[in-house]
Amino acid sequence: MAAFNVHVTIENKPGISDPEGETILNDLVLKGGDSAISKIKTAKMLKFTIKEKDKKSAQTKVQKICDELRIYNPMVSNITVEVFDA
Amino acid sequence: MKVGVVVFPGSNCDRDMYHVLTDVFNLDAQYFWHDKGLPKNIDAVILPGGFSYGDRLRSGAIAAHSPIINDVRKMADKGIPILGVCNGFQILVEAGLLPGALLKNTSLNFMCNWTSLIVENNKTPFTNKLKLHQKIPIPIANGEGRYYVDDETLKKLKKNNQIVFRYSEVVNGSTDRIAGVCNENGNVVGMMPHPERAAESAINPIDNKPSSLIFESLINTIGVKN
Repeated sequence: MAAFNVHVTIENKPGISDPEGETILNDLVLKGGDSAISKIKTAKMLKFTIKEKDKKSAQTKVQKICDELRIYNPMVSNITVEVFDA
Repeated sequence: MKVGVVVFPGSNCDRDMYHVLTDVFNLDAQYFWHDKGLPKNIDAVILPGGFSYGDRLRSGAIAAHSPIINDVRKMADKGIPILGVCNGFQILVEAGLLPGALLKNTSLNFMCNWTSLIVENNKTPFTNKLKLHQKIPIPIANGEGRYYVDDETLKKLKKNNQIVFRYSEVVNGSTDRIAGVCNENGNVVGMMPHPERAAESAINPIDNKPSSLIFESLINTIGVKN
């Protein structure tokens, strides 16, 4: 068994308005003069530390927890699960 | 006829709800702490507003897994009237008892205002004394009150007559101005505004009668006052 850090990003699905991201873009970044930025989206990240036999098992386990416990609301959000060596 | 008021860590409208049920409408109400079950002799269940678990993760997401929710789910299946108000609505949604999601208001503000609802379904246990399209002056008090459903679910809600209340004007960016919905059977109702803060003339400067009818509807459904 090895330890892994699993990062779960919970993000609203495309098309759902994100007033916080829009405010950061329009009232901070664009006003700061960096016109190269066209979009900012807010998200929430949970960082799990888990002991599993390999990266694949760590990813499957965390994905299962997120689905079963509704860590995200599937009506409105998607998650991405990334695994790193701890 | 007994009404259960479920209390979660962080509920803060439980006593207002209990007061209205008992002192205003003379119902037999009882508090139930979230980590225990519900007795079988309960005729209706109300999940009150507040900030269960401090809105951690997101509003209602953690309370939706409290042990009492298993019993609420069983009662919902049996057709017992269940009402979720504000955080109670968020909990019912996160428990999957009602469809959708509640997102941060478009303004990003905690909104504490008087608003006006339109009754869209007067067949539920909590709206059967109201007239269709009747207006209800009522306060809202929430930060995550923007009801969201995808297009497919919205079609289903309309087809099954599951939209119970709409705001009379755009308030917080909710899909189709939805303020309250019910399950397919109509016995589980969730709403963001607070009828318990509007059912008495002493605290309702506009008109307390329409909000009173939400509780009168419940009495009409579960039986006479004690």
